[in-house]
This record gives sequence, C-alpha cells and structure tokens, in this order.
Amino acid sequence: MAITSIKNLKEFSTTNERFEGAHLLCPGCAHSMIVRELLNCTDDNLVLATNTGCLEVSTAVYPYTSWDTSWIHIGFENAASAVTGAEAMYKARKRKGTLKDPDAPVKFVAFGGDGSTFDIGFQWISGAVERGHDFTYICLDNENYANTGGQRSSATPIGAHTSTAQAGRVSYGKKQKKKDIVGIFAAHGAPYVAQLSPNKWKIMAKGFQKALETEGPCFINTVSACTTEWKFDPKDTIHVTDLATDSLMFPIYEIINGTKLNILYRPKNIIPVEEYLAAQGRYKHLFKPENRHVIEQIQKEIDEKWEYLQRREEASV
Amino acid sequence: MKGVLATEKRGIRELGAEEMVGWDEVTQGVVLHSFDTEVENVAHIRPEERPYSDFNSYTATVASWRVIKPVYNRDVCIDCQNCWVWCPDTSIISRDKQMLGIDYDHCKGCGVCVEVCPTNPKSLLMFAEAEDNEEALAKWPEKKKKEK
Ligand code: SF4
Ligand code: SF4
Repeated sequence: MAITSIKNLKEFSTTNERFEGAHLLCPGCAHSMIVRELLNCTDDNLVLATNTGCLEVSTAVYPYTSWDTSWIHIGFENAASAVTGAEAMYKARKRKGTLKDPDAPVKFVAFGGDGSTFDIGFQWISGAVERGHDFTYICLDNENYANTGGQRSSATPIGAHTSTAQAGRVSYGKKQKKKDIVGIFAAHGAPYVAQLSPNKWKIMAKGFQKALETEGPCFINTVSACTTEWKFDPKDTIHVTDLATDSLMFPIYEIINGTKLNILYRPKNIIPVEEYLAAQGRYKHLFKPENRHVIEQIQKEIDEKWEYLQRREEASV
Repeated sequence: MKGVLATEKRGIRELGAEEMVGWDEVTQGVVLHSFDTEVENVAHIRPEERPYSDFNSYTATVASWRVIKPVYNRDVCIDCQNCWVWCPDTSIISRDKQMLGIDYDHCKGCGVCVEVCPTNPKSLLMFAEAEDNEEALAKWPEKKKKEK
C-alpha cells in the first residue's frame, strides 16, 4: 500500500489535498480537520460515503461538492451500508475481471456524526461490521445533533446542556450517560477499533493508516469539538480538544481484535475535568453550587474509566 | 457544467454543457463530477494542475464569511506546518514543505492557525478584514512586544 509519509509534519504537508475548501462547515469546525487528515494520510483511491449530518450537508451543497474522491450520500443512517455495498461490488468485479485497473489500491471509508453512529445508523453499522466487509467507519463525535439545532444524542455526556436536554431551574442538562461506542464495536470482534483525536495529529494519522491497512471492518471514534454547540470561540478548537484529551474525558486508545487494548496517549499532566468543562458554554450551569455534584460525578467516572483502561492494557488480553 | 441528472421518472441523462437545474428537479439524486476530465489518481496531482469542474467547491468562495483575517509574516515562520495540519478549510497553502500563504478564497477567519502557530512573535496574526496586508505587516513589531 502506498502510504503518505508521516514521519513529521513537514513530510505530511507535502500531500496533495483531496478535500476542498468552501465547504460550509462552521469556522473552526473539527470535522474538517479530521476528514482532511484521513484523506491526507493515504494516496490510495478512496470510495467514501457519509451519513446525513453536518459533514454531509456542508460538503455537498448543490451544485457543489467538496470531495475530490468518489463520495456517496444516501440517507441519515446508511453510509456503512452504501460503502460496504460498493466494497462488495468491487470485490465481485475484481473476481470477474471487469475492473479497468484491478491492481489500483482502493479503500472504503464511511463517515458519520455521533447522531447517525450512536443512534440512527447504529444497527446498519453493526450489520456492516458483522458481515466483515473490508472498510473503515469513522465517527465524528461532537456529542449532539449539531446540524439540526443541537439536540441531545446518546453520545451527549451527562450534565451537558442541549436544546432537548436543557439546563435550568429543574434540570442540570442531560441526565443520562454517554454510550461506550468504542467498547460496543470492540465487542463485535472488529480487528481494529480506536478512539482518536485531531489535536494528537500523529497518533490520529497512524491510527487511520492502521485502519485502512487492516483487512476487515474497522471502527474509529474521533473527538470533534463543536464550536457552535459546545459554545467556545472558533479559534480555540485545538485548545478545547487538548483539554478533552488531557483531562481524559476522551482517552486515546485502540483495541485489537476485540480484546487487546493499547493506550496511545498518556497525558504528562492529567488536568482536572473542571478545566475542560469550564472552557465550554454548554457546561456553564454545572458551576452553580447546586450542580457541583455533577462535576464530581463526571470526574469520578473519568478516574474509574482510566483505571479500567490501564488495567486492561496491563492484562494484555 | 458536466454532470448526470437522475430525474423523477428515474431517467438518467447527461447535463448539457451550460445547463443548470434547480434543486427541486433533482428528486432522485444527482451525480456531480469534481473534475472536467477523467483523472487517474487525484492524490498524485497538485491542486494547481487539476481540471476542477464548476461543481467543485474549490471554484467557490467563502471569503464573505470573514470579519477578521489571518495575515502571514514569512520573516518569522519556521515552516513547522502546524497551521497546515489544523486549518479546517484547506486554506494554508503548503508546497514542498514550505508554508506559502493563505488561500483567502476559502479561509473563514476562524483563527485556529494563529492559535497553533508556535513562533514568537507569531507568524500569523488576525487583523480586521478591511486592513491592508502590507500595513498589517508593518505593525508586526508592536505585536511582538504584546505577545511576550
Ligand atoms: S483563519 Fe481558519 S480558515 Fe483561515 S487559514 Fe487560519 S485556520 Fe484556516
Ligand atoms: S504555524 Fe506558524 S511557524 Fe508554523 S508554518 Fe504556520 S505560520 Fe509558519
């Protein structure tokens, strides 16, 4: 597989971009940072599909497309089905000898937001992974339905204010926990499952490359800070993402073949989750005295999860 | 424009060269070609050498979104490419490991590039959109003191 060199950022920057500007994502959106990196970390041909969501509506605004690769959009839930259908056809045509260039490497990738991944497209991704197609699914996790006005999804963490789980006199925002999507896809026995983050560009690029190279279904959850719904200044996207990974709100790790867990990033100084929460308007209300207990609960759950991840890594099973 | 239109009656036909259809006519779906001619592997062609079609958003601009803009100062830049890797709008032009400047057709003025620029003073700073770039560059030393 021809792979773009990512020894350092200078090498990496010599790649020829295949994701074009003048898409309509918000200024400072992390979605496009993640997508650019996926497209830049390989020079193989790509067949992409995208679920409905911010990424889809912003990169295919008729009569424009921002994609220099093959790209399919069908519905909210079925990017995984579309791209695995294309993959099945590709394999069949290869077998029948009807491909123009059978030796050209092709990779199949589906993108979806957390709404279409954790909720609406969940069973379709599960099915595609179970069928064992050779594809990579990338979730751009901004923890809400940002495209339609910031409704809560099952990826929204406890305590966050959303338009359908509002913080106010009677509530502190969303009361339910976030689904462990990485664990769920690891439990499918997928050969490569990971959680990655764009502030750690090298770890993310390597993870993407690993997923593309691995035969079989791979699932990656990426942290995608949302300036509009998380409510922070667009210039701070990388800063907020740094706080997310360094507070371990988003630990960076991979799980191979459903069992072997490797932690890919250990913050030198683990920061209290308060700092991460304080940087975003959607958690503002948690700093009122009556809601402080939610911050404590979030911190406790982060500590427990980190302990769990470390033990699983140690056990190496 | 070069494209394929699939209409309500599931008929599929090629769009005429200058033909533009409204969104309501595209009920079943539409295929847009990113390029005017067939390209082998885009990843091996530099953007400036690509046959972009009018459907490609590369040919569009979002410059009107900006109220502030990043200005680039070549003198301080160390070509680290931080700005390149994190620009969400493919608007940092880097070629042969060098940062060449900002693509003002596609930059939305988010300011991420300024935040991640590690030099002191920064090699990228935000200015009002209306500000002249030369005048902005002339002001750089004062910014330098402020940065410290
Ligand atoms: S201001 Fe934002 S869009 Fe413009 S070049 Fe900098 S990072 Fe890119
Ligand atoms: S981040 Fe700053 S120093 Fe690095 S390449 Fe960009 S402008 Fe130059």
